[in-house]
Amino acid sequence: MLDTLDRAIINELQGGFPICESPYAVVAEQLGTSEGELISRLQRLLDEKILSRFGPMYHAERLGGGLTLAAMAIPDEQFDAVADQVNAFPEVAHNYAREHELNMWFVLATETPQRIDEVIREIEATTGFNVINMPKEEEFFIGLRFEA
Amino acid sequence: MDMRTRQGSNTEHPIIELCDADQPLIAAIQRGLPLTSRPYNTIAEQIGWSEEAVIQRIEALQQGGIIKRLGVIVRHRELGYRANAMVVWDVPDNEVAELGRCLSGFEFVTLCYRRPRHLPQWSYNLFCMIHGRDREAVMDKFNLMIESCGLEDIPKAVLFSRRRFKQRGALYRPSPTTQTGESSR
Repeated sequence: MLDTLDRAIINELQGGFPICESPYAVVAEQLGTSEGELISRLQRLLDEKILSRFGPMYHAERLGGGLTLAAMAIPDEQFDAVADQVNAFPEVAHNYAREHELNMWFVLATETPQRIDEVIREIEATTGFNVINMPKEEEFFIGLRFEA
Repeated sequence: MDMRTRQGSNTEHPIIELCDADQPLIAAIQRGLPLTSRPYNTIAEQIGWSEEAVIQRIEALQQGGIIKRLGVIVRHRELGYRANAMVVWDVPDNEVAELGRCLSGFEFVTLCYRRPRHLPQWSYNLFCMIHGRDREAVMDKFNLMIESCGLEDIPKAVLFSRRRFKQRGALYRPSPTTQTGESSR
């Protein structure tokens, strides 16, 4: 279970992290705790997979990489097997089953933009199912913030 | 209420170009910052830079928008946000910008993008992500969006997630991988 300090840490660090010599000490002081306590709590939140990551969120396109959302329509009885095939691609960042005829939705992140089309063709060849590519055309807001 | 003023997609950043010399830094931090008292010094030692150089370059990359932010990425289910829905709308092309701005103004909308239609299979061109404690909470938010932005007559769909198979940060540079395959409901 998360206690008050865990929640304060998660809420504070969704908004940013200082770039200075002793950033944990700076954050710890703001939260009224010690540097050592903050670091050990972050380690625990990562170990317990409350946090998926602690680090930079890169802007994929500015970094020279490719990023897209893709969808597939998979019959129920084959869904798990195809999900395993799709998730085995290291370029698949996350994958959700959703309630629609297009029932598998995943994000592809690749080192280069050209690689997106290659990976899509590889996934189609591996699974035997069509992949619909839905790259973003315009972004109205990005940033994930969850109150803990 | 739930409305907040937020910046849209047109945030201006100073022009900054990545160079080859940045690659070790990009790769060293993509999986996470070290949990050490002086994390930037730990990185500096790994890649043979000075601590000051690491700090200055990360600052520049963030100011230039290549790093959108530093911080934690939460696994929303583990925080009790058990329902997530991709809410999609079939909006006339000339109204997308206006409605995108309206929808992205809600504090509970975490992503809002225009994406291509794929007719006849997929007719929706505006995508939002909403998270909530449960489905009812998500549907309440959905209904609030419809009312507030006048979307009663717009074709729309709510795609709840049934299952998450994989969630990890995107990796853009090759690095030793530990596959995080998973399945959770």
